[in-house]
Amino acid sequence: MSSSLQLLRERFPQIEVMEKNPRRLYIRIPREQLTATARFLHEERGMRLSICTGIDTREGFEVLYHFSEDSTGIIYTLKVLVPKDDPKVESLGSWFPAAQWIEREMHELLGIDFVGHPNLIPLLTSDTDWEPDRRPLRRDYERRNEAHER
Amino acid sequence: MSDETKVRRIVPIGPYHPLQEEPEFFKLVVEGETVVDLEINLGYNHRGHEFISPELTYDQVPFLVERICGICSNSHPLAAVLAIEDCAGIKPPPRANFIRTIIHELERIHSHLLWVGLAGHFIGYNTVWMWAWRYREHILQVFEMITGNRNHYAANKPGGVRWDIKPEHVPEIRAALDLVEKKTMMLTKAVLDDPVIRARLEGVGILTKEQAIAWSVVGPTARASGVDIDVRRDDPHCAYDQVPWNVIVLSEGDVFAKAKVRLLEIFESIKIIRGCLDKLPDGPIDMRIDEIPSGEGIGRTEAPRGEVFHYIRSDGTNRPIRHKIRAPSYMNIASNVVAVRGGSIADAALTLAAVDPCYCCTERMAAFEDGMLKYTGKDLLRLSWEKTEKIRERLK
Amino acid sequence: MKDLRLWGLKKSPWVYHVAAASCNNCDIEILELLTPRYDVERFGVVLVGSPRHADALLVTGVINRKSLPRVLEVYEQTPKPCLVIAIGTCACNNHIFRNSYNAVGPYDKHIPVHAYIPGCPPKPEAMILGIVKALSKL
Ligand code: SF4
Repeated sequence: MSSSLQLLRERFPQIEVMEKNPRRLYIRIPREQLTATARFLHEERGMRLSICTGIDTREGFEVLYHFSEDSTGIIYTLKVLVPKDDPKVESLGSWFPAAQWIEREMHELLGIDFVGHPNLIPLLTSDTDWEPDRRPLRRDYERRNEAHER
Repeated sequence: MSDETKVRRIVPIGPYHPLQEEPEFFKLVVEGETVVDLEINLGYNHRGHEFISPELTYDQVPFLVERICGICSNSHPLAAVLAIEDCAGIKPPPRANFIRTIIHELERIHSHLLWVGLAGHFIGYNTVWMWAWRYREHILQVFEMITGNRNHYAANKPGGVRWDIKPEHVPEIRAALDLVEKKTMMLTKAVLDDPVIRARLEGVGILTKEQAIAWSVVGPTARASGVDIDVRRDDPHCAYDQVPWNVIVLSEGDVFAKAKVRLLEIFESIKIIRGCLDKLPDGPIDMRIDEIPSGEGIGRTEAPRGEVFHYIRSDGTNRPIRHKIRAPSYMNIASNVVAVRGGSIADAALTLAAVDPCYCCTERMAAFEDGMLKYTGKDLLRLSWEKTEKIRERLK
Repeated sequence: MKDLRLWGLKKSPWVYHVAAASCNNCDIEILELLTPRYDVERFGVVLVGSPRHADALLVTGVINRKSLPRVLEVYEQTPKPCLVIAIGTCACNNHIFRNSYNAVGPYDKHIPVHAYIPGCPPKPEAMILGIVKALSKL
């Protein structure tokens, strides 16, 4: 077991670790502990935020934060489950600039709210030709004939 | 747009960047000659790959992600198949690993040469542009020989590669490498020893190590700022742990350091390819995959611009249910905001281009003229050329 | 006057390059045309920096929602007659992106296109051939 993981387990006993293989660790954490865990990984263990992934699953939105520890080559993926009727999660972008863009992207494509984000405006989609509540990465998004509708 | 003391003006750059050939849109906020802020507006290239990918089978996904970007058209498929293989827990045969490494490094050479050429063009050295692009042609010819296409090689598939390197290809690859090595050596000397280029690039657009870490930048941009990361070494995949090579790290963080890192990396790539050709094992180049179990997988590799990151989640069918793609420029471009601040306008566009931005990648997910246009891309190019001229005069 | 323009266009076409959500490869191959191996400046083809000076537009990529207004704007700005040459499968028929929520192309839905050069990316030789053919049709 790697030392960062040990420390993480000591500090945050509620986490649930799934070891897919030695270099890919998936860690489920409660939504309230996201900032504390992320701060621990970035500031104390020197990890780099690779990216976040937002997934629409049956249970709710899953937000994955992929942290890369470059000295060992291990990716620590923090998994947070966000309920669909209350899609809110703390923003990392408020203290960690690297997370700002991806949070904006997840906000516009999935509709998750990042509380405390300095500038939560759409990143990619058009400002003139786009309905604000169109969320293409959601499961209930109508997939057919996109190109032909106009 | 004015504050109490100085008049602030907004300079839009793009969507046609003076240096790059893709659409992008920057707004520079300037006070006099100094850049005080930058606003980046993405989306001119967003095509929704993450949305299309779940409609395709695992065999088709590499073709889709290949078309994210034409310069790193091997990095994305490679990362995607690594993610699929990670999810299914399979290891491709050794020969496939070596071929992947060779293709990947050839791509790095041509990509870095491309950047050097464009950067040369931008500071008014059109000869450098012509030279660098000419030498790049040799690499493209090698690609055409191995895979049948100059770009978009379709080299990777889950479980192996599609194209074999035949024995008769090896001498030709070596010949092309020798030629490129010789020419790049000359180019590197010419660029690094030229006092004008030095004066023009040194101290411009500095990204400090702390900033580099806070913005999580990757690739040559990070390595030029003293952050010692390279996925090829840190998270070994393919055949990178079986051949000798070095990671180039410099500490200055300016445009000159970024150029130097890229030029020196070309030689490392040549070293890797030679090592792989020497050791190329025999055997099959692909394997049969019967099913991708449900689960998730992460694949990452070092593209010419930095770490490419792919995440795939499978539900046991033959299509992914979620495919997350993170290109290196996504992190690097965001850091431009700090790199251009405090510089002069003549340097701004060069700084923006120094991370080797790849918008197609970033937006898989901006200079049209709009009303406020003060400087067009051409003007910025002209400003930059004038500055080079001035330095040239001074150094005479 | 029109004849004079046509003559000028045929002799030395000034082209402007429009990339709307392309993958970059077509664009690089267009620049490749200028570099020593293909060097189309020999034939008088010049890449210009502003659509106002262009005789021909080389368009690449699928158009997306954000770039469509820009493309139309560029087309408005070019003096007519102006040739529009769609380069790459993306520009011809949307390619693999046709089901995307953001693709509104292909080009011929929005502006008249005079020549299609398919390929992903087309080889520089194919591009030269396509441009020459389009010019000879005039
Ligand atoms: S046709 Fe192919 S090479 Fe050209 S922009 Fe489209 S995907 Fe890229």
